[in-house]
Parts: sequence; structure tokens; C-alpha cells
Amino acid sequence: MDILFWLIPVSLILGGLGLCAFLWTLRNRQYDDPAGDAARILLPDWDVRPKP
Amino acid sequence: MTTAEHIAGMGCPACLAVPLALDTAARARPARLILSLPNVHCAACIGSIEAGLIAVPGVQSARVNLTLKRASIDAASAITAEQLVATLARLGHEAHELDASALSSTETDRQGRDLLMRLAVAGFSMMNVMLLSVAVWAGAGEGARGLFHSISAVIAVPTIAFCGVPFFRSAWVSLRARRLGMDVPISVAILLATAISVSETLQGGQYAWFDAAVTLTFFLLAGRYLDHRTRAAARSAAAVLTALEVPRAVRMGASGPQTVAVADLLPGDLVLVRPGARMPVDGVVTQGESEMDRAILTGETDPVFAGPGSVVSAGETNLTGPLTLRVTHAGRDSSLHRMADLVAVAEAARGRYTALADRAAQIYVPVVHLLAVGAFAVWLGITGDARLALNIAVAVLIITCPCALGLAVPAVVTAASGLLFRRGLLIKSSTALERLASADVVIFDKTGTLTLGMPELSDLATHENRDLAVAVALADGSAHPLARSLAQAIHAAGVRPAEVTALAEVPGAGVRGLWHGMQVRLGRANWVGAKAGSTTATYLQMGAALPVAFRFSDRLRPGANEAVAGLKALGLPVILMSGDGPAPVAALAARLGIATHAAQMTPADKVARIAQMAASGQRVLMVGDGLNDTAALAAAHVSIAPASALDAARAAADMVLLGSDLAPLADAVRLARIAVRRMRQNFAISIAYNVIAVPFALFGFATPLMSAIAMSLSSVTVSLNAMRMK
Repeated sequence: MDILFWLIPVSLILGGLGLCAFLWTLRNRQYDDPAGDAARILLPDWDVRPKP
Repeated sequence: MTTAEHIAGMGCPACLAVPLALDTAARARPARLILSLPNVHCAACIGSIEAGLIAVPGVQSARVNLTLKRASIDAASAITAEQLVATLARLGHEAHELDASALSSTETDRQGRDLLMRLAVAGFSMMNVMLLSVAVWAGAGEGARGLFHSISAVIAVPTIAFCGVPFFRSAWVSLRARRLGMDVPISVAILLATAISVSETLQGGQYAWFDAAVTLTFFLLAGRYLDHRTRAAARSAAAVLTALEVPRAVRMGASGPQTVAVADLLPGDLVLVRPGARMPVDGVVTQGESEMDRAILTGETDPVFAGPGSVVSAGETNLTGPLTLRVTHAGRDSSLHRMADLVAVAEAARGRYTALADRAAQIYVPVVHLLAVGAFAVWLGITGDARLALNIAVAVLIITCPCALGLAVPAVVTAASGLLFRRGLLIKSSTALERLASADVVIFDKTGTLTLGMPELSDLATHENRDLAVAVALADGSAHPLARSLAQAIHAAGVRPAEVTALAEVPGAGVRGLWHGMQVRLGRANWVGAKAGSTTATYLQMGAALPVAFRFSDRLRPGANEAVAGLKALGLPVILMSGDGPAPVAALAARLGIATHAAQMTPADKVARIAQMAASGQRVLMVGDGLNDTAALAAAHVSIAPASALDAARAAADMVLLGSDLAPLADAVRLARIAVRRMRQNFAISIAYNVIAVPFALFGFATPLMSAIAMSLSSVTVSLNAMRMK
């Protein structure tokens, strides 16, 4: 059962990372235009160099 | 802006349009422009629109939002929206200017993100606590159980403290108002369950309810978020309707005409109103002659003459000639502001309606709390063990906690609003569906609602070809709606225009010209020397001969027939109430098969009639569009306005028809009735679960595993039942 000593914190940290990532996308306003973002990936404008 | 604040403070999503319209005034125009792009749909559109906008000198940035079908542009102040609309039109994209200040929905946005954040946190800890609980249920040894309970406590307590805030706050508000809302038992159950679980964990007890408390919070937050999204969608659609009408006026200053925001006008200013435009303010005509369409204010279909000295009010449409007005009332005193007051009064009256969920809570809450207290007292009396008695009381509270009830209404409302939105009906008020379902009589306004307020020639066949030929030649020279409709009808009949020379339009009167050297005139009855009849008509006079009348009837709004027939088929009596004269009202009633009708009703008459019907126990559905309907819309049990209605009418109505078609009306009533039936079914389902589970809890057999199963099952059943809507 000693393995629990490691596994529980590990699972909590991994889950927490996922939560933090979600909160970051939320604060970063990545859900403002889901339809547009899905379409924009098809645009060839910034294929060769990143958008300045 | 006190009225605006007053209305906003009432927190109803319905009354957004008017305060938004008024608010526009107070703010300075930002350098950000927003365009509505109704037809944008693909990646290629985004690319070409953004590139096209950036290419305009002075535009700093342009970003298309495909979800909202909007573009926001940061540009130098010299750039106007008209320029950009023209640029996009050349690229083949339809665009309309939106009033940027009417769209500042940051507050709604912030609330939505806040709820979503709490939902995410609750979801995260629910999953972790559940994993630990499953291990406990599977029969973990005493040591492991203590460890798992402690870890659960470390996760659950901060989660409850953070995620439960919306419920605690709303429970506190309703307690202070001495009401028992649904949030009171929710908060009590969550807090008590957490407290007892912490104490059990410290004492190494067998049961902890952390998973129940966290799951409950998660499910209820999900319901809360659904509810918020439905309202936010309605709110933003209503805001777009308002934002499409950018309130601007042309002020005649010392340096010539100048386009300014309506809010910047002061009494005494001179304002130019072009033909076809709405009056931006109340005022007196100082220069020019024209005719005014006052249908939206009074319901009259016949245009009224306006010349120097005529008093006009905001909302009337100028038809034929340019008019210069001296502003008499602006800002706080304008009729726009008085409309906002009307709407505020109306909304206060509306507040008397108690939502189905609240009525359920009023019965439910005392029963649940009495059960819990009773269980505590009885177990304490029998065993003398306070800890056991408290545990059982908490089990009762958790088992009965209205988790499914919290989802029952939002899930149904979300499903039904989505369906109705796709059929072109926007639901602004959260209880509108319930009220629509219970309506038992429908009152229609005439002009602008059942009819389009657009004249249609009704007696083409009775005229000689020679008259028609001259009439169409004269009518082609005018922009007046009667002349336009006459010309259209005669052209469609294939009559060639006669050769009329020296055409001249006399604003506010008609058109005259020369035909074979004879003076011919087409226009108002008193101008050509005819006697005005009871129906809308224009008159043709050839030389000295007696004038000939061309009669018009109002064109029906598409779907009017279907709507009236459909509502009657649903068993709702239909009544027509109009401010127009008796003859046109009776004619329309006969055309649509409406038995009961009333003409020449003033706004006060309409309200009095509705109040009288309400007093006799009838629940009125009012459908109207004009300023004369605003008070009636507000007084009725439930109300619908078409998108073409005045701002104030749209704000006062519970629902807005987005298209020009009336046909969805009957369908909306049918769907609302189904929605209410689903809500009741959902209540029945959650009560059934409680009836089965409560005895177990009362006799002390309830375990955290049982409550978790009951809670998840009832929530899922309720959500599935809501999604059966079609």
C-alpha cells in the first residue's frame, strides 16, 4: 500500500495541471469564438512564418 | 441615466434593450467599430474580410468573430463605418454597422466565465473525491479509510468554500427577504454535510459525505451555467437588435450639417430629417413639408400631413420631403425616456409572477427541513446518541437535496429556447415559457403586427387603362409609399406609363404633371378636391374632371393566416385590437376570420381592457409592435413583439420574433406547453426518487454510496427527459 503514498499526490498533481490548463484557456478568452478558431486553422496566411 | 440604472438594477434580462439605447448617449464614441456580418460562414470569408479591412488606410486591426458573425475594427477616428461597409460590399460581403456601446456585454461575460471556472474546479474535485470514495465503498480497511477521508476533506473543503459561493450568496439574499428559495435547502445541505463529514473524519467514523457535497455542487453549478447561457444568448441577440439602430441625427450647426449622436442633442437644436428616416427626437417642424407615418405610435395606417408648426414625436417616420425640426424634448424629457419609464413600471408588475420552480420550492423546503429535524429528534429520543441522530438528519437532507430539481427547469428551458430560437423566436424572460404555456386568450395589434404597414392596391380591376397609365406615370415620380405601391401594382399588371411631362412632387400633397397639355394630379384627397373616404386611398384628377380614387388595403404579414388559424386550433380565442379606424379593422378581422375586434383603441384603452380580462381570470398573450402597444405588452400575462417593432416595444415584450413571419407563433405556444409538461414530469421524477430513498435515510440505512447512486440517477433521468423536446 506504500505505493499510494506516491500515486495519490501524482494523480492529484496531474489532475490539477489539467484544471490549471483549462482555467488558463478560460482566462485567455479561447472560448470567445470556437467556430472562427476552427475555421482559422485552414487559412494559409501564417503557414510559413508566425503571425507577428 | 437613473431610469436605466433602475431597470438594470431589477436584473431582468428582458429589459436590456431600452437602457442600452439610452446608455449609448452617456458614453463617448470609441475608436472601435463593430460590423455585423450576417452571411459570413467559412475560413475564406474570414481571410478576405480581414485582409480587405486591413487594406483600408487608417485601419489598425480587424478581427472577425465567426461565432457571433461580427467584425471588430480598431481604426483612426476619421474612418467611418459606412466606408468599411462599402469596402466589404465591393468584396461581396453584406455588412451592417452595430452600435459598439450597445454591445458592451462585459458584465454578462464575466459572470459566465466565473460560473464556468467554479464548474471546472468542482468537476476536478468531484472526480478525485469520487475515486477515493469508490475505494472506501469497495471496502478499504480502517486505516486506509481514515487516510482517504482525510485526503477527501483536504480536497472538498476548499472546493465547497469556493464553488458554493453562488448558492450561499443567493440563499442569504432570499433569507434576508424572508423567502425560502431553492438555494436555502441546497446551502444548508452542502454546509451541514461538509461539517458533519469533517467531524466524522476527525473521529475516525465510518461514513463521510464529501463526495455527496461535491457532486451536489457540481450538478447544481451545471444547472446554473445552463441557465446563464440561455439568458446570455437571448440577451446578446436582443442587444444586436438594439445595436443595429445606431442613434444618430443630422444637426444643422453654424458650420453646416453635422452627424451627431442623438444623445448629444439639446432642446433648441435644429435637426434635419431626410425622407424615409425616423424622427430622432420630439420637436416642432420649422421648415419643409412632408407626410408622416405614425402607425408605430398610434396604429393609424393613413399618413398625416406635416408642415411648419406641426408637432412630431420620436419614432414617427418621415415619408416624402426633408423636414427641419426644432428639438423640444431631448434626453431625460424625450418620449424615448418616457417609454423607458413605462417599461420599468411594466417590469415591476411582471415581477408578481412566481416561477414554477419557486412554487415547488415553497412546498418542498419546509417538508424537507421538518423531516430532517423530526428524524434528529426521534433518533435522539430513542437512542440518546446525538452523533447518530445528527448523521441520520444529514443523510435525510442530502438524499432529499433538490439536485434534480435544480436541473429540472434549466435543462428544459435550455432545450426549448434552443428549439424556438431556430424557429425564429427569441425568449428574453426566464419565466416566459411557463407564462406562454398558460395563456388562454390572444390579443393582436393590427398595424405592423398582423399587417406590415405597407399599402397594397385593392381595386386595380375597376379602373380604366387610361387612368392607370397616367397614374403610373405620376406615381413613378414619387417616393411616397402609396405611390410606390400603386406604381408597382400597375407595372405588374403590364400597363405602359402614359407620357406625362413637367412632373413635380409637392411634398405633403402629391405629384402633378402635364398630359396632352392637360394638368393631371395624383395625391391627397383635399389637394385634388375629392372627399376623403374611410379607407386608405390616393386620388387622380385629370384636368377638371372628377377625381378617381385608388383604394389600398394593408398588406398582411407573412404567416398571419397560419398564426391565427393555428392559435384557434390550439383552443385560444383571438381578439384584434387596433388604434386604427373601424372600417379597416373590421375588414382585416373578416379577412383573417377573427370574430372579436375593437377599433380606435388608445394605449390606455388597451391596458384597461387587458387589466379587466386579467381581473376576470383570463391570461392574455399580447402580440404587438408599436409604442401604443408598449404598455399593453407590459400589462399582459405574456407578450411577443416582432423584430421590426420599436425598441421600447421589444424591450417590454417577453419574446421577440426574429423574422418577418408570424407562423412560428402557434408552434411556440405548442412547444411552451410541452416544455411545462416536461418540467412537471421532471419534478415528479425527482419526487419519486425521494419517496423511495427517504424512508431508507429516516430508518438509518442510508449510506454515502446510496445517495451517490440516487443523485446521479435522478439528475441523468431529468436531463434526458428534458432533451426529449421536439
